[in-house]
Amino acid sequence: MKVLVAVKRVVDFNVKVRVKPDGSGVDTANVKMSMNPFDEIAVEEAVRLKEKGIATEIVVVSCGIAACQETLRTALALGADRAILVESGAELQPLAVAKLLKAIAAKESPQLVIMGKQAIDDDANQTGQMLAALLDWPQATFASKVDIADGKATVKREIDGGLETLAMSLPALITTDLRLNEPRYATLPNIMKAKKKPLEVVTPETLGVDVAPRIATLKVVEPPKRKGGGKVADAKELVAKLRNEAKVI
Amino acid sequence: MTILVIAEHDNAALKSATLNTVAAAQKIGGEIHVLVAGHDAGNAAKAAAQIAGVAKVLHAEAPHFAAPTAEGIAALAVSLAAPYSHILLPATGFGKNAAPRIAALLDVAQVSDIIAVESADTFVRPIYAGNAFATVQSKDAKKVITVRATGFDAAPASGGSAAVESVSPPADADRVQVLGQELTKSDRPELASARVVVSGGRGLQNGENFKMLEALADKLHAAIGASRAAVDAGFVPNDYQVGQTGKIVAPDLYIAIGISGAIQHLAGMKDSKVIVAINKDPEAPIFQVADYGLVGDLFEIIPQLTAELG
Repeated sequence: MKVLVAVKRVVDFNVKVRVKPDGSGVDTANVKMSMNPFDEIAVEEAVRLKEKGIATEIVVVSCGIAACQETLRTALALGADRAILVESGAELQPLAVAKLLKAIAAKESPQLVIMGKQAIDDDANQTGQMLAALLDWPQATFASKVDIADGKATVKREIDGGLETLAMSLPALITTDLRLNEPRYATLPNIMKAKKKPLEVVTPETLGVDVAPRIATLKVVEPPKRKGGGKVADAKELVAKLRNEAKVI
Repeated sequence: MTILVIAEHDNAALKSATLNTVAAAQKIGGEIHVLVAGHDAGNAAKAAAQIAGVAKVLHAEAPHFAAPTAEGIAALAVSLAAPYSHILLPATGFGKNAAPRIAALLDVAQVSDIIAVESADTFVRPIYAGNAFATVQSKDAKKVITVRATGFDAAPASGGSAAVESVSPPADADRVQVLGQELTKSDRPELASARVVVSGGRGLQNGENFKMLEALADKLHAAIGASRAAVDAGFVPNDYQVGQTGKIVAPDLYIAIGISGAIQHLAGMKDSKVIVAINKDPEAPIFQVADYGLVGDLFEIIPQLTAELG
């Protein structure tokens, strides 16, 4: 079974971003970039499926500028077999990325697509569901446990208030949540080996996909600052303040 | 302009985020219809008809809506979409799962997690874990939007008297089966809408110690939440998680205990009215957003605090 994993290059989760003074966006120049954390979980899940003998090949895809090749090499070092970059300097919004991934899926015919539930830059939480819709495949979002057997996926997923278990026929799309697995680190020998793995570059034009943005960002501002830093000495003072000053209890 | 709000409910009653989503629709302006898709969901449909400002309720009954899938909700929404300028869902697990599927089938972009309405096509949404607010304009003729509940005061649950109209859903494509749900049993208020939230972090050291929060939460009629670190460490289930990738809460009182205050956590709670932080590290970033910070050993402070609340 072939598994397709989509990964995104984002500002590292430890970086506190700054809004540009002209309000046009956030400053991403000279900022550490990494693979979106939920996508690391997606790669890890695919690698585990291969280690169990369920997946036979893992193809990892990213959409964006040439530097996304680094992100793809990371995925190759973690155990993906080959990579595809859909290279574009344009702003790629979730619907456009879903269409690009649909075109890749049409060429590759995977039985399973795994991707992160949400990218930590735009926090959109859309692309997986959109891709599933465009492919007319069943979806299991926010997965915390995946079992594949007999052409079916059984997925436990995080819902508000607990867990839900879905069974679906393959091909299917899964988006990852935190508890699905704990991603491994790439070892040095595997990082070296990853440099020799195939990485193909295509473009939206060759895939025949219109990626024009449908949403315009008019301005980006800092959120209102919260005035914190107040201190109390002990539990007694805290309760008194909450009762008499804040009046919330 | 006519707006369709897709209600989240448990067949017996509406989930509170539905009311905030109707409030966002009111900000956009125009006639508001609410879709209730369920099984034996007559009571939920009646509740939707009573929301102030709702003109019509569309009630779709089918066994496969007992625990609705994104596939089922999307097929239904698309079949009804023609007359609507906007389709709104709450940005909850339910809405996040279904909305992008609807948007893609309609070939429109989705605006996720809006916290303010500037005009019928322009909205404000947080990005980068709430470290920036983007004002975005949708160029699509039809707009699919998810609404962050804490951004809008709930529409009044009573005062309306909308007509309830039955609509027939498309047949279930039957490729996804819901085998079951395991819901955390709790008498506590729902985390996303509780007036008081007591949250624990890695400072609690293990799942057993998390139980210390229960006595405190009981005194305050509070919901219990957790940081991602506490979920990652396996202290509590994921649905306790408050933060960028968990639940977004804005209670009157948020008490963060043993939580350092990573930006991912602050993203989920910094709009709370009053924030209390209890942490042994005086340099913890949580103190920068706390109205009342208490530096000390949480294992001593929690029992004292619980006793003080007597």
